[in-house]
Amino acid sequence: MADRIFKRSLALSGFLVCLLLAAIVLTLFWRSLPAIQEQGFTHIFSANWEPNMGQFGSKPFIWGTLITSFVALLLSIPFSIALAIFLGEYFKKGMIPSFVKSCIHLLAGIPSVIYGFWGLFILVPIMRNVQEFFGIEPFGVGLLTASIILTIMIIPFSISMAQEVIEMVPNDLKEAAYSLGATQYEVITKVILPYSKSGIIAGTLLSFGRAVGETMAVTMLIGNSNVMPSSLWGPGNTLASVIANEFSEATHSLHVAGLVQLGLILFLLTFVINLVGKWILRKLKHELNP
Amino acid sequence: MIQKTSLETLLIKNYLFKGLIVFLSLLMLLPLLFILFFVLKNGISQLSWAFLSELPKPVGDTGGGVLNAWVGSLLLLATTSVLSVPLGIWVGIYLSEARNSKLAFCTRFCVDLLQGIPSIVMGIIAYIWVVVPSGHFSAFSGSVALSLLMIPLIVTATEETLKLIPNTLKEASLALGVPYWKTVLKVLVPTGFNGILTGILLSLSRIAGETAPLLFTAFGSPFLETSIFKPVQSLPLLIFNYATSPYEDWQRIGWGASCLLILSILGFNILAKVVKRS
Amino acid sequence: MRKDILTVNDLNVYIGDLHIVKSLNLLFERKTITAVMGPSGCGKTTFLRCINRMHELIPNTRVTGDIRLYNHDLFQLNPIYLRRKVGMVFQRPNPFPTMSIFENVLAGYLLNGIKLSKAQKAEIVEDALKKAALWNEVKDSLHRKGTFLSGGQQQRLCISRALAMKPKVLLLDEPTSALDPKSTAHIEELLIELKKKVTIVIVTHNIAQASRISDHSAFMYLGELVEHGPTQKLFTVPKDKRTEEYLIGKIG
Repeated sequence: MADRIFKRSLALSGFLVCLLLAAIVLTLFWRSLPAIQEQGFTHIFSANWEPNMGQFGSKPFIWGTLITSFVALLLSIPFSIALAIFLGEYFKKGMIPSFVKSCIHLLAGIPSVIYGFWGLFILVPIMRNVQEFFGIEPFGVGLLTASIILTIMIIPFSISMAQEVIEMVPNDLKEAAYSLGATQYEVITKVILPYSKSGIIAGTLLSFGRAVGETMAVTMLIGNSNVMPSSLWGPGNTLASVIANEFSEATHSLHVAGLVQLGLILFLLTFVINLVGKWILRKLKHELNP
Repeated sequence: MIQKTSLETLLIKNYLFKGLIVFLSLLMLLPLLFILFFVLKNGISQLSWAFLSELPKPVGDTGGGVLNAWVGSLLLLATTSVLSVPLGIWVGIYLSEARNSKLAFCTRFCVDLLQGIPSIVMGIIAYIWVVVPSGHFSAFSGSVALSLLMIPLIVTATEETLKLIPNTLKEASLALGVPYWKTVLKVLVPTGFNGILTGILLSLSRIAGETAPLLFTAFGSPFLETSIFKPVQSLPLLIFNYATSPYEDWQRIGWGASCLLILSILGFNILAKVVKRS
Repeated sequence: MRKDILTVNDLNVYIGDLHIVKSLNLLFERKTITAVMGPSGCGKTTFLRCINRMHELIPNTRVTGDIRLYNHDLFQLNPIYLRRKVGMVFQRPNPFPTMSIFENVLAGYLLNGIKLSKAQKAEIVEDALKKAALWNEVKDSLHRKGTFLSGGQQQRLCISRALAMKPKVLLLDEPTSALDPKSTAHIEELLIELKKKVTIVIVTHNIAQASRISDHSAFMYLGELVEHGPTQKLFTVPKDKRTEEYLIGKIG
C-alpha cells in the first residue's frame, strides 16, 4: 500500500542521516591514518608541527584552541548572565527588551569573516597601543585579540540559553522570597541564579563548543604561529585556524592527512563538549518536569 | 536605628546591582553598534551599480566590483538548497511522525551531532568526498559542504513546526477516509508551510555568511562562473581574501562587499519575519 | 428491509493490558439518533472510534468480536472505503486552516484526488452546507478561509464536511462540549433534522442533551454496556441501578 511505501521512505531518510554521520566520522579517521602511522600514535600530542618532516604534533593547536575559547568563555560569562537577568527579570516586556533582543539577533547573524575584518582594522591597532603602553611586543594580533573577538561572538548564544532558564524559574518560588521581605537583588542572587545554575552551565558549555569550532575571525586575528604559545599577548594558532591556513596549499598528501588529523581532533573535541552539555540539559529537564 | 540603616543598605545594594546589570548589558551592545557603524561607514560609499555589475580589477587598477562574488554566492545557495531542503524536510517529517521508534531516536541524535560539527570540518569532508575524486575545486563541492551544515537546521525547523500542529487536524483528515500519506503531505505539510519556509530562510541567512568550508572546496575565482563544476567566488571568500591583503584598493572593495553581505543577511531575516507573521 | 444498519457483536477492545470495552452487544436502527452515555473513562469514545476504525491509530490496540455495517464485517473492509461510509465529527471543531470554506467541505474529495466537475462541486457544497444549516451564513464567503467563523459555525462546517461524503452513518464525539449554549441548540436542531437522512451515533456526557435529541440511548460504565433502549423508557424507568445513579448524577 502507498502508506507502507511512504512510511518506509521516511524511515529511510532518517537512516540516511545516521549513515551520513557515520560516513563523516569514518572519513576523518581513515584519511588521517597516514599521518598517524607516519609519526606514531603518541606523537600526535607532541609540540612539533613540521609537515615537511612528517611531524604532526598537534599540541600547540590544541592549546591555542583551549586557551582562546576558555578566555572567551570567562570574559563572556558576566555579560551573558547580566543580559539574561536584564531580559528575564528586569525588562520582560515592552520596547526595550524587543530592541535588545533584536540587537542580540543581529550580533548572532554577523558572519565570522566580517568580525575578523573589523577586528583587523579596529581591535588590532587598539591592542597594539595597549601593548606598547605595557612595554610588550606590539604584535596587535595574538591569542588575546582572538579571545576578545570570540567573546563578542559567543555572547548571543550563551544569552539565549541562560535567559530561557531564568524565565523558567517558577513564580511561587520568587513570591515566597518576596513575601519574606527580600529585595529583587536577593531574589535574583539567592533564588533565581542557584535554581538556574545547571541551565546556565549547560548554555556555557554549548557556547564553549561554538568557540572551539570558530574559524575565520580567529584565523584573521591570532597571528598564525605554529609553535607552542608562550603568552596571551603573543601569536598562536587554533586547530581550526591552522587548517584554514594550510589546507589549500598542502602540497603532498601526507600534509593533508596531518591536517585531517587536526580536523578529527577538532571534531572529537566539539563532540565531547556538546555531549556533556546536552546531557546536563536533559538532566535539567527531568528535574524540572518529573 | 540599626534596623533602619541595614534596610537602607539593602535598598542601595538593590539599586547598585540593577545598575550594574544595565551597565553590563549596554556595554555588550557597544561592539554591535561599533561593527555595524564601521561596516556601513566604510562600505556604503562603495555600493553602486558598477560595484554590483563589474568583475574585480587586478591590483593597482582602481574600481572594479564584486559581480562574480554575489553571483557565486547565489549559485552556491541555490545548489545547497536543492541538495539539503528536500532531504531536510523529509527527515523532519519522519521525526515529527515516528516519535518513539529507536531509529527516530538515533536519527535525532545524529542530527544534533551534525549540528555541532565545526564548519571547517565539513569543508574537509567535502574536499575528500568531492574535490579529490574529481581532481579540481568546484562550486558543487562547496555546496556539498554547505548542505552538510544546512540539513540539520532544516530538519529541526520542520520537526518543530510540524509538532505544533494539533493532532485533531490529522484525525479529521483520516476520518474523511484520506490515506495517511496524503494526510501528511496534503494537510500537515501545507499547514506548516509558513514555519518551514521561515526555517529555510533563516538557515539560508546563516549559510550565506559561511567562509571556512569554502576555502578549499569552492575555492574562489576571479571569473564570473555559472557552472557548478568550476571553482566559484563567493562574497565571504572575497571579503576574507581582500581584508587580509595589503592593498588599500582591495580593502575598500572588501568593506563594500561586507556591507552588501550584511544587508543581504538582514534581508533574509526580515523576509523570514514577514513570512512568519503571515 | 432490516431495521438495523449497524450491529455490534461481542466487541472487546484492549489497549495494552487494559480491557477498555467489555463484550459489547448493540444494534443501531436506521435513521435514528442513538446517544452513548457514561462517566469519563467508561470506554464510550473508544467504542465510537471502533466504528470507523480510528481506534487503530492508538498503538497496542487489540479488538475481538465484530461490527457489521449492512451485514458486512467492518474489520474486513478497506478502512478508507469504510470512512467514506461512516463519517466523524470531533469534539473540537477542526476545519483545515489552509483551505477555504468551499474547499473544506470538499476536502474528502480533494485530498483523495477524486475529480469532480465544477457543477458537481458546487452542488455538493451547497447540499452539504444546507444540510448542516450553514449555507445562508456563508454562501457569500465560500472562498474565504474557515477560521473567521465562530466556534459553532466551525463545528457546522465540520459536520457539512463529513456530510459531503454522503455517509450512511455519522459519528459525533461530544460535538457540542466546546460550544456555547446557543450554538449547542443550533446543532441539536440540526441533528434532529439530519436523522431523516443519516443514522446518527452521538457520544455525549450531557444527559439533558441525550434526552432532548436521541431516540435510543445506551449507558456504559467501566467498559460494559449496562443498559440500552428507547430514550424515554431508559430515562423514566431505568432497569439497572447504575443507570439510575448516573441519571441522577450520583456517578459520573
